[in-house]
Order: sequence, then structure tokens, then C-alpha cells
Amino acid sequence: MKKLINDPADVVSDALRGMALAHPELRVDHENRVVFRGDAPVRGKVGIVSGGGSGHEPMHGGFVGRGMLDAACAGEVFTSPVPDQMQAATAGVDGGAGVLHIVKNYTGDVMNFEMAAELVAAESGTEVATVVVDDDVAVTDSLYTAGRRGVGTTVLLEKIVGAAAEEGRPLAEVADLAKRVDDAGRSMGMALTSCTVPAAGTPTFELADDEMEIGIGIHGEPGRRRVKVAPAREVAEMLLEPILSDRDFTDGVICFVNGMGGTPLIELYVVHAEVAAILERSGIGIARSLVGPYMTSLEMAGCSVTLLQADDELLRLWDAPVVTPGLRWGA
Amino acid sequence: MSVAVGVDDLTAWLRRFAEVVHERRDELTALDAAIGDADHGSNMDRGMAAVVAVLDDAPPTDAAGLLKKTGATLVSKVGGASGPLYGTLFLRMAGAAGDGDLDDAAVARALRAGLEGVLARGKAEAGDKTMVDALGPACDALDAGVGAGKPLADALAAAAEAAAQGRDATVPLVARKGRASYLGERSAGHMDPGATSVTMLVEAAAATMGRS
Repeated sequence: MKKLINDPADVVSDALRGMALAHPELRVDHENRVVFRGDAPVRGKVGIVSGGGSGHEPMHGGFVGRGMLDAACAGEVFTSPVPDQMQAATAGVDGGAGVLHIVKNYTGDVMNFEMAAELVAAESGTEVATVVVDDDVAVTDSLYTAGRRGVGTTVLLEKIVGAAAEEGRPLAEVADLAKRVDDAGRSMGMALTSCTVPAAGTPTFELADDEMEIGIGIHGEPGRRRVKVAPAREVAEMLLEPILSDRDFTDGVICFVNGMGGTPLIELYVVHAEVAAILERSGIGIARSLVGPYMTSLEMAGCSVTLLQADDELLRLWDAPVVTPGLRWGA
Repeated sequence: MSVAVGVDDLTAWLRRFAEVVHERRDELTALDAAIGDADHGSNMDRGMAAVVAVLDDAPPTDAAGLLKKTGATLVSKVGGASGPLYGTLFLRMAGAAGDGDLDDAAVARALRAGLEGVLARGKAEAGDKTMVDALGPACDALDAGVGAGKPLADALAAAAEAAAQGRDATVPLVARKGRASYLGERSAGHMDPGATSVTMLVEAAAATMGRS
């Protein structure tokens, strides 16, 4: 294993130190491992809190700032944060209008955020609402599994919901909007290589030189199937087919081609061109695009495609100013 | 003849569980690597090491307080799915323990309350290939033994035996909860790591409690 780290046990705290130094506009609580907006809590604004295992940077800490998240909790690599962290984040962003927890649908994340919300309810007057993101169409049978995983839609949701909170909308509306975005988004991912969790030191799974995994999760969880490596044109079809057969998409989508960490931007643009061509043939116009590594899986090579059915309101919120280390426009 | 279980017995139980988890952490992690995300051994070891630090430092002096502190420590230190599940198990045991030491029936009631907490938190049912598949039979055996007037040590031994059988019976099951559920049919043929660690917990109880 070759990695630019010190002690594997210190990766998360070392990275948070670097992040604090690189982004003085943020405030990092190192003890609780929470990244805060520098001006949190913002009086009268719904606080937006997310968090999850580390190793997916820039998500979530890199999405903290005006127009997106108020705080993000960093867990160990690929391990959910604990309720203490979420409680500290919630207390730190409560500007009197309540707090929304954005949770990706993984058993550990859901249970830890649930316990945090119970503790907040028992120990403070802060009103908490929760949205669980579950957009990964690779997980087929939700009745007999923990349900669909939360993947790419999370990034789009945090941007859109963050903009709504910035407008001063009340908690109930912001929470409804979050559920609407989750309902409107679908994602599917693939991997060309595995990733190596620093503490484990060995690749999470094995993939032969001429193979790729279709339907991979963002923690190296197995996908739907393993196939021979194919041109980007065919990969785009393999990713879009299950998305388009799971939900009806019409004109005006937000199309998000996400890099898994080890794939260069030039390849992501190649994929995006193929995705756009398929959507055009299907009569689905792209209203906005996002291409880049925004929800990574350490050094895994691969990508995911997310389609979000937008409307005028969602597009307006998408275009609203955002000032974070990971996403920045309009400001 | 009922033997009262107090802070000393609970402390011995928790220390014994921490030792076993530490000794067998690689085994737990290997089971988890096969069908989950390869961190159950290290997460439980980190959590129980923190519990032992509490026991060494300034542990609560009543049974319910000790169980509550154990649960809160696990919730704070473990993360993932095991933190909330084991944390809830101990927090609910604390809630059911009442004041003072526990008689045999109270031990059985507390463990049953812990199981119910795990069921509520994890929303798993019997047969989903989770810790419930070992903890459920253990509670049934403990209730039966205590109800029949067996000494606590014998009832706990029967509970440990039932947990081990439940654990072994997870091997052919297809996981329906947690990260293993994404594997579908491919999760069959592997023993569930949570059922394995909770069997260690019941075995540790049988090895330490009701012997005074």
C-alpha cells in the first residue's frame, strides 16, 4: 500500500487539520470531528447537518459553507460517525429555526443519526427533521435488503436543500423539499479498480486487470455483476439502462457524472458525452450538468451517473450562489 | 436459590467480554470481511477497551448505572451499526435493572429488555442473519431456566448454548439487514459476525455470573 499518510490511525484527524488550515472561513471542531460554517449558527435559518464515513471527500466536509451545509460530521474511514458528533453539530448550527439531518441510507448511519435525534429531543429544545437518501438503483430488492444505498443524489440534494434553507424557508418546507429531491434522483456506479482502507492496508476487493464491477457502492460493496472492461460508450449504457428503467425521466434533468477518486477528469468528460448522447436519443434534455469527483471512494477508479428530474424550482435553487470548498458558483 | 448479581459480577462479565473480543477480534473482522465491511472486530475491540477504561477509572457504583455507562460508552466509541445496537442493548438493560442488585429473574428481564431494544433499533426479525438470531434464543433459554428454578449459572450456561446454536444456524441464511444484505444469495454460507460477538457476550456472562 502506497499512501500519502502518516499513521493510518490518524488519517481523519490529520486531514481535518489540513482542511482547517486551507479553509480559514470554516471552523473545525477537532475533538468532535465536525466541520462548521464559520458563521454558524445563522440566526433564523434552518441548520443543515450531514455526515458519514470519511474517504468520500469532498463530501461532506467540503460542502460546508454558505448555500449548502452548516455542519458535517466526519466518521472513521467508511464508518458512520457517532451520535455525540451529530449532537455537537446540531447544537452548533441551531439558529432557532430547527435542524435538518441529511443521512445516506446505510444501516450504521441511519441508526447513529436516529440515536442522535433522540438525544437532541431528550436534552434540548431543538427541532430536528431527517431525510434519508436512497437513490442507488444497483440495489434491486428493497424488501429483503437494508434498502437502496444513498449515493450521488446526496450531493445534489445537499446543494438544493442548502439553497432553500439560505432563503429562510421553515424546517417543514426544507424537509419536504429534501424528500422530493430524493424521490426524483436515481444513481448507478461502476468500478475499474478497488480501493484500500488505510487501516486495512489491503484492497477491499479483487478485480482482475480486464474486469470491471457494475453497480458498485461507494465503500467497495459488491455490485450487480462483474464484466469485461468495455468502451465508455457501453459503460454509459450499462449505467443508464437501470436508471431509466427504474423511473420515468422527462426533459430537463440535472445530470451528474461523478468520479470515484482514481479516475481523471478527462475520462469523466468522455463518459459525460456518452451519457448525454443516450439521453438525447431518449428525448431527455439535460438542464444542468455536474462532472467531477464529488463523492469519492478513496482511490477507486470508476464513476457513477446520477439523474435528477428537475423543475423550475429545483433549477432555481441549483443555480443559487454556493460558497464551499467543493462547490462554488454565483457568489 | 437466587444469587444476587451486583456491580462486581457485571464488572467481571464486561472485563471477560472485552478480553474475548480482543483475543478474537481478527476472527470477527474476517467474518465481517466476507459479508460486510471488515471492521466488526476492530470496532468492538475499540468500544470494549473504552468500557474497560471506565471500569479501571471511576465506574458507577450501582448495577443500573454501570450498565448505562457501558451502553453510552459503546454508542460514543464504536460507530457503524454495532455501536447503536450494542449501546442500545446495554442502555435498555440498565432501564430494566431497577435499583440495587439483580436477582435471577431480574437478570433474565434485563437481557430480554436489551433484546427488545436491539429489535426496535435495528428493525431486524429472527432469521434475518443478525445478532438477533443468537440473542433471541439466549433470552428464551434464560427465561426458561430461571422460570424452572434452575440456578442462574445453569440457566446462563443453557443461554450460552442456545446462543451458539443460533449463531451456527446463521451460516446458511441469506442476510436481510445491514450491509450483508446487498450480497443477497451470496451472503449464504457465512456465519454472521454480530451473532458471533453476541454469543461471546452471553458466554462471558455464563463464565462469570451467578457463581458466588
